[in-house]
Amino acid sequence: MLAGSHGAGTAFAMRLVVRAAKATGAARLIDITGAHVDSCLYHGKATMDFVDRLADGEARVSVPTTLNVGALDLLHPELYRGDRRTATAGRKLMNRYRALGARPTYTCAPYQLVDARPALGAQVAWGESNAIAFCNSVLGARTNRYGDFLDIGAAITGRVPDAGLHRTEERRATLVLRLADDVPAALRDSDVLFPVLGIVLGRRAGSSVAVIDGLARGQSEDRLKALGAAAASSGSVAMFHVTGSTPEAASLDDALQRRPPEAVELIRLADLRAARDELSTTSGERLAAVALGTPHASLAELERYAVMLGGRRVHDDVECLVSTGRDVMATAAERGITERLREAGVELLVDTCSYVAPTLRASSGPVMTDSGKWAYYAPGNIGAAVVFGSTAECIRSAVAGRVVLDLEPWGGA
Amino acid sequence: MTVVTGRALVLDEPLSLWGGMDPGTGRLIDPHHPQRGAVVTGRVVVMRSGKGSSSSASILAESVRAGTAPAAFLLAEPDLILEIGSAVAEELYGIRVPVHVITEERARRIADGAELRIGPRGGLGRSQVSGPSRTRSSR
Repeated sequence: MLAGSHGAGTAFAMRLVVRAAKATGAARLIDITGAHVDSCLYHGKATMDFVDRLADGEARVSVPTTLNVGALDLLHPELYRGDRRTATAGRKLMNRYRALGARPTYTCAPYQLVDARPALGAQVAWGESNAIAFCNSVLGARTNRYGDFLDIGAAITGRVPDAGLHRTEERRATLVLRLADDVPAALRDSDVLFPVLGIVLGRRAGSSVAVIDGLARGQSEDRLKALGAAAASSGSVAMFHVTGSTPEAASLDDALQRRPPEAVELIRLADLRAARDELSTTSGERLAAVALGTPHASLAELERYAVMLGGRRVHDDVECLVSTGRDVMATAAERGITERLREAGVELLVDTCSYVAPTLRASSGPVMTDSGKWAYYAPGNIGAAVVFGSTAECIRSAVAGRVVLDLEPWGGA
Repeated sequence: MTVVTGRALVLDEPLSLWGGMDPGTGRLIDPHHPQRGAVVTGRVVVMRSGKGSSSSASILAESVRAGTAPAAFLLAEPDLILEIGSAVAEELYGIRVPVHVITEERARRIADGAELRIGPRGGLGRSQVSGPSRTRSSR
């Protein structure tokens, strides 16, 4: 491949894979069975120059490949409020990746697509930090953090360096993070814990593998998604374990691969409250918008929003935007969920995300979100003032037209 | 292969280029970062590790194209994402932004603002940092 027998584009892709192998000290390359490519989000002309080089060199993906979010919603382009030239370039880039043979899923949650979920132990190459964390931690499939360019390089060559999280021993937790006794039972069993715990996990673990101990067994995929997305924002977390909930951590001992941890740390209520408070950049009751669905809302989450709204409408002064994948939206539409949401005044955004694309009318906010990742990135990306809250708080606030918080699960503070 | 020189920009916390640096200006825009507002252009960015989004490779390549990129990165942990961003920028534009791994101890000894010279053969773990001055600081 390097010599160009598969074409100049494939040779370029292989040079990147080989460069990665050298950087990671891998002795060999291994085959992958799938890829998830994040490179289709436009970040300026360099991203176009890159895909042009691949396409001009007649490269094609060699394994089943899903695509991450792009710069705009191709199904609802009218929702784009930014510069027209960027929108045109963003659309062109998305189509370029499709033309390389990738599936136009345009979602940051490819793990929600039944036919795109790699099996336990499968070797894959995924981009998008939340998807990487979910793939390793929740699916038990194996990927490293494949950034832009290398993700498509792996998809084209079908190879990755045999290093890092592709190897069993590297998946061992070295850090135990234990919930302290002062974390109230109500918080332990609350959805709002997970993005906040994720922020703490990212800070403490950095790029190492940690195991969270002390939660009830069998936590839902949506909670683990929120946890991983936040951890991959505040740190470089590519894999975590949750005792009793993730497949390589049936027990604490399994997560540690029967070796002693390098460190055991407690997470106290005060740590969680501090992380929660840090996610909000503004306070007060004023509310311009509510952004849900980061990472992309699952079918279960879309249904939950509809149930929580319970026939009430979003306040006229508030914009409520839910991001999801086009495939999940299609299923939700078949079940009448999208109609219920739209009737309640909720806007649905696919193929992109409300902190990536200029879609919010009042992007400066205050915007309320239930996502640790959205709260983490939106201030820098779109200049939004953010109020973080639980999904229930977000919905209640959207209806009320003002920020309504509930400190009950947090022990009142 | 050339020698890279530049003033150190020692970051107190890891930075995600995506969401953290504007490739149009080279300015740090991450509101969670203690050095928000600093400009990385032409500087040798010294930080413990990269972090966060896997889109940082694109931001690095775009900043190289736009002429706002750092002169080099010195990290205490290898970062594949920056490494690949640098490799692509070099392929597309012929400009090299070296990404070197140095020991944490060595990274700690580099003062912010110090003039650094990074040798041509400074591969991973073998970067040659000479003469970090402790007397100059940009902050």
